[in-house]
Amino acid sequence: MNKYILKRLGIAALTLLVIVFILFMMMKLMPGTPFNDEKLPPEKIASLMAKYGLDKPLYVQFFKYVVNLVKFDFGISYVINKDISINLMLSTRVPTSIRIGLQAVALGTVIGLILGIVAALKHNTIWDNLTTVISVLGVSVPSYVFALGLLYVFAFKLKLFPLLYSKVHPFQSSLLPTFSLSMFTIASIARFTRTEMLEVLDSDYILLVESKGISGSALIFRHALRNALIPIVTVLGPLVVGLMTGSLVVEKIFSIPGLGAMTTAAIQANDYNVTIASTYIYSLMYIVIMLVVDISYGIIDPRIRLAKEGSGE
Amino acid sequence: MAREKIMEVRDLSISFKTTSGILNAIRGVDMDLYRGETVAIVGESGSGKSVTAKAMMGILASNAIVNSGSVKFTYDNKGVSKTVDILKMKKSDIRREINGQHIAMVFQDPMTSLDPTMTIGKQITESMIWHYKTPKKEAEEKAIELLSLVGITEPEKRIKNYPHQLSGGMRQRVVIAIAMACDPDLLICDEPTTALDVTIQARILELIKDIQYKKNISVIYITHDLGVVAKVADYVDVMYAGKLVEKGTIDEIFYEPHHPYTWGLLSAMPDLDTRDERLYTIPGSPPNMMKPIPGDAFAPRNQYALNIDNRLDPPMFKLTDTHYAATWLLDERAPKFDMPPEIAARIARMKKEENHDDQ
Repeated sequence: MNKYILKRLGIAALTLLVIVFILFMMMKLMPGTPFNDEKLPPEKIASLMAKYGLDKPLYVQFFKYVVNLVKFDFGISYVINKDISINLMLSTRVPTSIRIGLQAVALGTVIGLILGIVAALKHNTIWDNLTTVISVLGVSVPSYVFALGLLYVFAFKLKLFPLLYSKVHPFQSSLLPTFSLSMFTIASIARFTRTEMLEVLDSDYILLVESKGISGSALIFRHALRNALIPIVTVLGPLVVGLMTGSLVVEKIFSIPGLGAMTTAAIQANDYNVTIASTYIYSLMYIVIMLVVDISYGIIDPRIRLAKEGSGE
Repeated sequence: MAREKIMEVRDLSISFKTTSGILNAIRGVDMDLYRGETVAIVGESGSGKSVTAKAMMGILASNAIVNSGSVKFTYDNKGVSKTVDILKMKKSDIRREINGQHIAMVFQDPMTSLDPTMTIGKQITESMIWHYKTPKKEAEEKAIELLSLVGITEPEKRIKNYPHQLSGGMRQRVVIAIAMACDPDLLICDEPTTALDVTIQARILELIKDIQYKKNISVIYITHDLGVVAKVADYVDVMYAGKLVEKGTIDEIFYEPHHPYTWGLLSAMPDLDTRDERLYTIPGSPPNMMKPIPGDAFAPRNQYALNIDNRLDPPMFKLTDTHYAATWLLDERAPKFDMPPEIAARIARMKKEENHDDQ
């Protein structure tokens, strides 16, 4: 298992290097420079380019960037927060995005699982149909519509929650964004759980468990859900990444100082370092989550766990 | 020794609600089972044999409708003999009182009937801990004992294995161990050897017979394989289209069959002396159970069918105290004729083999 994880980490590092290379080249190939102000005279631009080392050959720039990246130094912002370290900019934004994302994941997974299990157990009843309706709504209605609806009802009319995100009440003011973000997760997980649970509940081994006289929560959680979880974990990975990296629009609606807002600002301003840094963080999260998903397969499903041990040792 | 009746099925009739209509799976079945004895239910696919077993277990699918009948099961409830009608019990009560503890089941395909995410040790101990609150340690010791009873070597190591680490034959042994965990009175084996290869089949049958002898339990076999029946059964119930068409002791069914369907089943079974180029098959296919069946369901496939078969369903004619058959051929007004010569020759061969075995 350890050998397997090491191997996966090695592949992850290589993947990240390739991602950085592609990002770096794409930035350079884009028209314009970070200093697009028309009032700037060409000599001034040239001296700025020299100051930041942008006049050096590409391979020198890339090499230097990667060396700094290994030291976890993302460099400085050229435009949006001039000469401010990107590490500093990320240090406040990344935790906010991740926290709200995790809240949405936790909420979405728990509610989604409950809805899916209830729908499967009460197959073809009003509860099942209700879950289907919620799933279709959650998947097809974009999160910002929920965000606006929730804002209008709970913040504007009922005044139960603050209208905007505030650092003073980070939890209370993050509840509405969490809800609006989690709708998609609730819908997806509920749908998958329902399908998987129905299939598992129909299987021979559940019949055997029933014929042993075991019923109720032991049957559902110990046997049925555990087997149903294996495919659910697969869809959970990308959902988690999607939420942790934040939804740009939801961040905008609630004025959350997150990663999404920073990324768009950087792209619009041609701020090379910030764009690469935030995209890099996205990729890193994705790779980490996928690694966690693969390892959790092994925890849930002994067939995968033992196969890995067999090949790893 | 007085026979102790543990299961009495009367007039059982079950339908299934399907998207294309109502399917009448079982149309009036009577069955009796005594302690320590073995009954085999034989029939083609779709004859209702598995449904009968599931009704006895109280694990019918949710779209099943019980039209009529009773499944009376007698068991020892803390020293007092208690009789219940399983069809009238609540599902949760059946699970708590009957399943596992008094009636256990062995399923057809051991490759799919074990939970892939749980060690076999846990799957065996689970029902003991659930029903009797057996301490974990004690339950584990019993699991090891059961595994060696079903012939699994190194049971101490094996209880930590997952199902996918075992072969098909081993898994079926584990399924039997799970079934025996709470010392049931009745074991229902739903085609226990169909998914196994032939060499393993014989061993599993021997194993079940052995356990039955040691623990004095009753066994119901559900099978379409008359070879299996010949090895294990005391009594045979032949089912066709949701009805019993012939029932009797094993000797009566094999050596003196009276129903044309039983003749067909017997001659469809290959033996070493089958000289005909082709193996005999019963012509046609079973009737559509979605539609009402006028008269005898087997009549369209029966070359000995009488006119009355198309109009009136034959009653069970009594041949001996144990032997009954539902065919108008046994009516006193029916034309007299002997069983087809091929069947007679076949039975003569079987009898010869039997005598051979005895010597």
